[in-house]
Amino acid sequence: MAGIGIVAAQSAHFDTPLTLRSGAVLPAFDLAFETYGTLNAARSNAILVCHALSGNHHVAGHYKNDPDNLGWWDNIVGPGRPLDTDRFFVVGVNNLGGFHGSTGPVSPNPATGKPWGADFPVVTVDDWVQAQARLADYLHIDSWAAVIGGSLGGMQALQWAINLPQRVRHSLVIAAASKLTAQNIAFNDVARQAIITDPDFHGGHYYEHGVRPLRGLRLARMLGHITYLSDDQMAEKFGRVLKTGAFSFGYDVEFEIESYLRYQGDKFAGVFDANTYLLMTKALDYFDPAHHFSGDLAKAISPATAKFLVVSFTTDWRFAPARSREIVNALLKNKQEVSYAEIECSFGHDSFLMDDPQYHALVRAYLERAVP
Amino acid sequence: MNTRDRPDFQVIASWVQPGERVLDLGCGDGALLKLLIEARGAKGYGIEIADANVLAAVQSGLNVIQSDLEAGLSGFEDASFDHVVLSQTLQAMRHTEAIVFEMLRVGREAVVSFPNFGYWKHRLDILQGHMPVSERLPYQWYDTPNIHLCTIADFDDFCAQRDIVVKERRVLDEGRLITEEHNFLGSLAVYRITRG
Repeated sequence: MAGIGIVAAQSAHFDTPLTLRSGAVLPAFDLAFETYGTLNAARSNAILVCHALSGNHHVAGHYKNDPDNLGWWDNIVGPGRPLDTDRFFVVGVNNLGGFHGSTGPVSPNPATGKPWGADFPVVTVDDWVQAQARLADYLHIDSWAAVIGGSLGGMQALQWAINLPQRVRHSLVIAAASKLTAQNIAFNDVARQAIITDPDFHGGHYYEHGVRPLRGLRLARMLGHITYLSDDQMAEKFGRVLKTGAFSFGYDVEFEIESYLRYQGDKFAGVFDANTYLLMTKALDYFDPAHHFSGDLAKAISPATAKFLVVSFTTDWRFAPARSREIVNALLKNKQEVSYAEIECSFGHDSFLMDDPQYHALVRAYLERAVP
Repeated sequence: MNTRDRPDFQVIASWVQPGERVLDLGCGDGALLKLLIEARGAKGYGIEIADANVLAAVQSGLNVIQSDLEAGLSGFEDASFDHVVLSQTLQAMRHTEAIVFEMLRVGREAVVSFPNFGYWKHRLDILQGHMPVSERLPYQWYDTPNIHLCTIADFDDFCAQRDIVVKERRVLDEGRLITEEHNFLGSLAVYRITRG
């Protein structure tokens, strides 16, 4: 089935100051976004897609002058797809701290006129929800039919339902967790250390030096990538296969998995901003809606009035099914409406981006029933 | 799960009052839950393990939790449901006793239905030297999911030995209520049980 086709990015400017969770204030900010489909007269068919660590507002379709740059979740958004653009008005947004057009570390700091760099305030999932709500106002969307996201995006879908219950009718929390484990935070910190200790990082002000901490960012991505895949999938895809068929008794690329990871690392470092990467991992680490409720997640979620679909993947060890069950159990404890599916998919944490038939059928069915 | 021909559904529905909370274990495509919600005004969730059934239940607009009953009902709070239902599934479970206790923990009452192995046609099959195959037990011995079959008398003993109170029992055959000789004339038993 054909996708949405040619799309165009838009930008919205907000000049009412935004007070962030850290206490810092952004005097003004921009959000880059894209929309697909048509907002109905009742403004009741809007779905917000929240992105994960490396995503942005380009969710589906491609740009006119860049046909190969397909949106990161194109397989689920489009005419006849589970997020059916013939029925829904789908909105993708680049979060604060991003570098794809939304205000972030590469944007000029109004105080200095130079890029914010490391001085850009640390943002949290709460802050993103607050900023996204401004975008909803801008688009005259009082309440989302659904907010959906995978991984860090799923955390935003959950936070939306908690913070602005009257504005979310359905929350689709996919491959997420209500908080990171110590192991998750540990992975993130190693990634951050790789970036921060890169000599080209310059304390986060590398833009002024005309360099980028490519080595650090590359390592960060290689590490992250390992955690997004499953052991089984890696074994199946790469095994112990050698590029040249024999040991070379050196440190160059020998095993296929090394080649793959280095390629992924290079590709990512070439296009992603290191300061944004740091910010995103920090937002992940801080996310914990139960924090202010003595760890009682049910209490934290109790304001939500949305109905929930929670989805996990059997081979996801970064945010394992048990983490999703914690969210489900909290909702059950509150007698809130929730469906939960544990999808058998071999792609680890990345499964949420895959075109798995059961997974997509489920999202489709849920949205079809939930949103008349 | 086959949702046609489930005479126990109407019995179970008659025990559920409007607004009551129901947890349907092994809910299949959600046919019973849908009936309880639409005809009886109940609220509830289903638990189901099979992908196709989870999808069907979501398609019906039901709350369904994909989970393995054999692992118990952890995550469900004590006494959080009015009824916890296990329709024609008990005989196919490995951890029979454990699931009954879990149902009684999570529910104010448990509703259990199962095929009666003591049904006269089953006894006749055995007398003739064969494993019973009937409307309620439609499987051959080598491909049956049923590993813990019991008679009505066995289930009564099971409850009595565990201080489980039988609040009500309905016994059916070919969709009709059986009023005497339950363990002989009934092919399907439906129980409401509570903690003693």
